[in-house]
Amino acid sequence: MNGPLSTPPSTMQITVFREQILQAAKSHSTLSIEGGGTKSWFGNPNQFTKLDTRPYAGILEYQPEELVITACAGTPLKEIEAALAERNQILPFEPPHFGDTATFGGAIAAGLAGPGRISAGNLRDFILGARMMDGRGQDLSFGGKVMKNVAGYDVSRLIPGSLGTLALLLEASVKVLPKPEATATLRCQTSQAEALKYLNQWAGQPLPLAASCWTGNLHSDNAGELTIRLSGAIAAVDAAIALMRATLNATPLDPEDAQDFWTNLREQKSAFFESLESHHTLYRLALPAACDTLKIPDLCNETVLEWHGQQRWYKGAGDDATFANLKAIASAQGGHASRFRQGAAIDPSKQRFTLLTEQAHSKALETVQARLRAAFDPAGVFATNRLS
Amino acid sequence: MIHMNMVTPPPDLAAIATLQSQLVSALRPILPQDALLWEPEDTIPYECDGLAAYRRMPLAVALPETEAQVAQILKICSEMAVPVVPRGSGTGLSGGAMPISQGLVLSLAKLKKILSIDPFTRTAVVQPGVRNLAISEAVAHLGLYYAPDPSSQIACSIGGNVNENSGGVHCLKYGLTLHNVLRVRAVLMNGEIVEFGSLAPDSPGLDLLAVLMGSEGMLAVVTEVTVKLIAKPKLARVIMASFDDIEKGGNAVAAIIAAGIIPAGLEMMDKATTRAVEEFVHAGYDLNAEAILLCESDGTPEEVAEEIERMTAVLEKAGASSIQISQNDAERLRFWSGRKNAFPAAGRLAPDYYCMDGTIPRRNIATLLKRIQGMEQKYGLTCLNVFHAGDGNMHPLILFNGADQEEWHRAEDFGTEILEACVELGGTITGEHGVGIEKINSMCVQFGEGEREMFWGVKSAFDPAKLLNPDKAIPTLNRCAEYGRMRITGGILPHPELERF
Repeated sequence: MNGPLSTPPSTMQITVFREQILQAAKSHSTLSIEGGGTKSWFGNPNQFTKLDTRPYAGILEYQPEELVITACAGTPLKEIEAALAERNQILPFEPPHFGDTATFGGAIAAGLAGPGRISAGNLRDFILGARMMDGRGQDLSFGGKVMKNVAGYDVSRLIPGSLGTLALLLEASVKVLPKPEATATLRCQTSQAEALKYLNQWAGQPLPLAASCWTGNLHSDNAGELTIRLSGAIAAVDAAIALMRATLNATPLDPEDAQDFWTNLREQKSAFFESLESHHTLYRLALPAACDTLKIPDLCNETVLEWHGQQRWYKGAGDDATFANLKAIASAQGGHASRFRQGAAIDPSKQRFTLLTEQAHSKALETVQARLRAAFDPAGVFATNRLS
Repeated sequence: MIHMNMVTPPPDLAAIATLQSQLVSALRPILPQDALLWEPEDTIPYECDGLAAYRRMPLAVALPETEAQVAQILKICSEMAVPVVPRGSGTGLSGGAMPISQGLVLSLAKLKKILSIDPFTRTAVVQPGVRNLAISEAVAHLGLYYAPDPSSQIACSIGGNVNENSGGVHCLKYGLTLHNVLRVRAVLMNGEIVEFGSLAPDSPGLDLLAVLMGSEGMLAVVTEVTVKLIAKPKLARVIMASFDDIEKGGNAVAAIIAAGIIPAGLEMMDKATTRAVEEFVHAGYDLNAEAILLCESDGTPEEVAEEIERMTAVLEKAGASSIQISQNDAERLRFWSGRKNAFPAAGRLAPDYYCMDGTIPRRNIATLLKRIQGMEQKYGLTCLNVFHAGDGNMHPLILFNGADQEEWHRAEDFGTEILEACVELGGTITGEHGVGIEKINSMCVQFGEGEREMFWGVKSAFDPAKLLNPDKAIPTLNRCAEYGRMRITGGILPHPELERF
């Protein structure tokens, strides 16, 4: 499958975007960039006028032997994944869709990654280039379609995680990888401390450890359920299965059940995530590998640990004191906390993220960040405050 | 070696001497005596980096021993409005550490301690002057290593690697510096100490670590780097395949990737290179081959056996005229020895060589090689072609005699034409060596005015007074206008079909 896959998007649409942006700049109004709206709950809420990216859709270039796909921001994410699957390739960071209408651009702007992140790397690691429109309506391209490129600052990698607050992403080139030869999922019962110990030990050995998930009670030392995904060469996966059986008595899962498990985890469709009560908040802690079990009082019993314990999910009261406590705990460990999702009864205007100014050695970067925003968007067209 | 003819007005020597003495008196109280150099005989080793054709003497050279000293130096230079050029090991190939005549060179060479190693979290915290290879050596006993391995890894420093986003032979599988560094501590030009990234999988706010990577010493001065360590593969084996046609070789590279294999290394040499290196290392290369491909597999013995079998099948199908597989590590290193010694071998063929660094989509490798053959005729110079074929990063080595000024200009023009061809073929002017001072004009070809203006916006966000290595990597508007006038012959823009992005 070479060359353009779908009808090339109209260049007229670029003009439409520019007019929207210039009009907003002129009238001192703000635009909230949105694709399929599947992640509109993510980040600080806003009521600004929407700029819909979906009219600018389509895969522009996909050559499997180059390991690169270039597509418009409004392209449905599932269309991208289907095109890759046809050629036995994948987005190794496994971006969550959080809904059927998720777009390529939305996934990039959110910067989120699924279970494979711990072994494959973050979404931003795979961004090779981007075409974007800044707050002055300038059509700009950075990076490219090749793996190695050090010409100019790596501006395209500022877009992942910027939540539409810097520029309108028009197109992106993303590195893709072949689907691993073999994949297997194992499960066993073990305590959180044991799970963290083994996962970190194994991650330092030449083993095809691709993803992990521990679920259990965060307040007790009792066993929970550890699920491990192995992927790589057939021989490597077979050898690792034997090791993990011997060490933790882990047993393989049926491949279809395993697929469902990892998809539900990525999409937060498992019982833990779906049962968020209206007065509770789902907290996310991003932590260093060294972080031990955290027995945080007052939180709900059940927890989910991903990425060998570097991404932890907790549920609890949504008040500022609880969040402040979690921020302090995460910060003391060298990580950060966020309010990922909130129940319906909680004031939606609450600040969702840890701020740069709250972190000891990044205070001065707040000024840098503000100047960067001004360089991209002097009139504040994209200043929705979703990120801070 | 060649001295560059600087197109600058004659310097006001008295003013320079005054500024020098002011700077030295300001820095003296905060630095040990031997950590501040200003006599020409002491500063001359700093007049250039690995790109020796571009030289300039600085006002002074400071060699701080602590982060606090770095911060003080930057604060003082900021107040005095003296530009600063940070420098690691000085192995860079694009002149990124070339001094500024009225500026300070800030060498990080004395900050060379490995501060901590943690096998459990697979991380090491090191100072910027630590050599790339020294990290892997220090953690070898733990079965770990630091993956990016630029060819200068014996000498180049990790601080330099961060500033160039260095790659290496294994980056196709294991990534660039960007993918292997978790956190960087650095000092902004105003003297403020900041941390980019963290040990956690992500950090609050915009991803400023990503933009610091490869910023060529223009955004902040790196004082501490936390690197990711990975498990050392148990075994590595390499396949050496010969092709009687360069196009077949190029297609074989694409075929390996298309078969779903990511080799640990995938390198190619053309016939001229093979002959030059064989004379130098006697590795037993096939001298009749038009192209030689080196394709490495690493992992557990079972994995390697499985992968070597798949690679061999693909290479045979792609029309390899002969295939050899290393039977032991000595043989593996012998197969690699030619590729790793391509630069010194080139040095034996001619008094000087000019190394290019463009990257192109893999499918265009053969096209570019054919064009380079044409350029050899046009410029009357020989070019050896070695490249990181797996990621399309080419290193054409243009041979010339630097004592002949006219030949040096021909070599430069040859190089510029190769870079423009790379951009035209959908690639970039630099894959891993950086823009520095060398390729600054080519930035006018690769990027339009809007992008270049945004680069200055990024620069100003970190360094509003534009004092940190300000004459590198990002050309000014005027410079590009000047370059444009120079390149337009008979009113025709070269490659008008090019998208000016």
